Amino acid sequence: MANKPILLDYWPSMFGMRARVALREKGVDFEYREEDFSNKSALLLQSNPVHKKIPVLVHNGKPVCESLNVVQYVDEAWPDKNPFFPSDPYGRSQARFWADFVDKKFTEAQVKIWMKKGEEQEAGKKEFIEALKILESELGDKPYFGGDSFGYVDISLITFYSWFQAYEKFGNISIEAESPKLVAWGKRCMEKESVSKSLPESEKIVGYVAEFRKNNLGSE
Amino acid sequence: MTEEVILLDFWASMYGMRTRIALAEKRVKYHYREEDLWNKSSLLLQMNPVHKKIPVLIHNGKPLCESLFQLEYIDETWPEENPLLPSDPYKRARAKFWADIIDKKVNVAGRRIWTTKGEEKEEASKELIEILKTLESELGDKDYFGEETFGYVDIALIGFYSWFGVYDKYGNINIESECPKLIAWAKRCLQRESVAKALPESEKITTFISERRKKLELE
Repeated sequence: MANKPILLDYWPSMFGMRARVALREKGVDFEYREEDFSNKSALLLQSNPVHKKIPVLVHNGKPVCESLNVVQYVDEAWPDKNPFFPSDPYGRSQARFWADFVDKKFTEAQVKIWMKKGEEQEAGKKEFIEALKILESELGDKPYFGGDSFGYVDISLITFYSWFQAYEKFGNISIEAESPKLVAWGKRCMEKESVSKSLPESEKIVGYVAEFRKNNLGSE
Repeated sequence: MTEEVILLDFWASMYGMRTRIALAEKRVKYHYREEDLWNKSSLLLQMNPVHKKIPVLIHNGKPLCESLFQLEYIDETWPEENPLLPSDPYKRARAKFWADIIDKKVNVAGRRIWTTKGEEKEEASKELIEILKTLESELGDKDYFGEETFGYVDIALIGFYSWFGVYDKYGNINIESECPKLIAWAKRCLQRESVAKALPESEKITTFISERRKKLELE
């Protein structure tokens, strides 16, 4: 009998959320384990000795690290339901490119909005809005980045949707005004149970960021 | 239907070298186009408007960007020869994990070695040796990172070997003495025609960087 996969995770992590969405999309029953960063579990340190970061998916005793790797692994290990990628090599390559864009440009920009103040935050805001617009243009009129079906790029980005309210509050921006199609896409994805069950409420994230800013930046 | 494969590249790029090796491993004929990174062609800007970087692989008019994704694409499009990635999902995930580490850590440290001075440079040298030792430990006693066969992780890393001379010179380190197994692995890879043809001579890269440093007023 196969063991239940274990997901080592941290509730506000948009990267951990990706793994949650992926597993739920495939209908995989998994054990969720919350990590305390001030006291990382032996399993985490053993499973990811190089980075010591979450998420880590431990399946049949073997660890898979890095959220996009986890999503791809989940797609390949449970191939029969809800494929995350198109079947043609070019379409697959494009999906990898756009998820990588989310990981590089979008991630770097959003971090500056909630973790920084002043000039650095302003620079982050500009980069963030630019990245939003590029992504919105890539989405075009499709219901999902994956076309008619929710897929890899959607999974890579939707988890940030739970952070939108925090970006708006602490960055003083209106994401709906800047990229309405992307917000509509976010709402569409949230209608999926795999997504709504995996993302925490926006207000909780706002609270988390407020706490972080108070403790690290001296103010909100 | 004849396939048209074009590679927009830069001779010294360890990323471009990856794609050259993969295409050669699969015996795919392609047109190599050298880009001047300080005067990018309109084709490059058109094919990679988001990042404006090489390498860009253009297959039948359609652009593919980011070297590691090009490796996967090449593996999927020409599956018959020399598979680059294993078929087992867990082994694939491990391969991608190590390639990601190479991408995140090796170039960052390496680049800081030849572009900075003093403490920053020393720190970068330490970091580079640390990551190379981690990779050497992952290699263990295997001939290749891909276990029995030369593959994805080997291709992801081998291009940096042509830059080791630069890191040694400006970082004041000796990678061969710190990581002898890794050097042995690199020489083993160089015995493959695909690799030998893709990697420029170390001395050329060292000369190129010396010129870059002069322009950046570091020498």
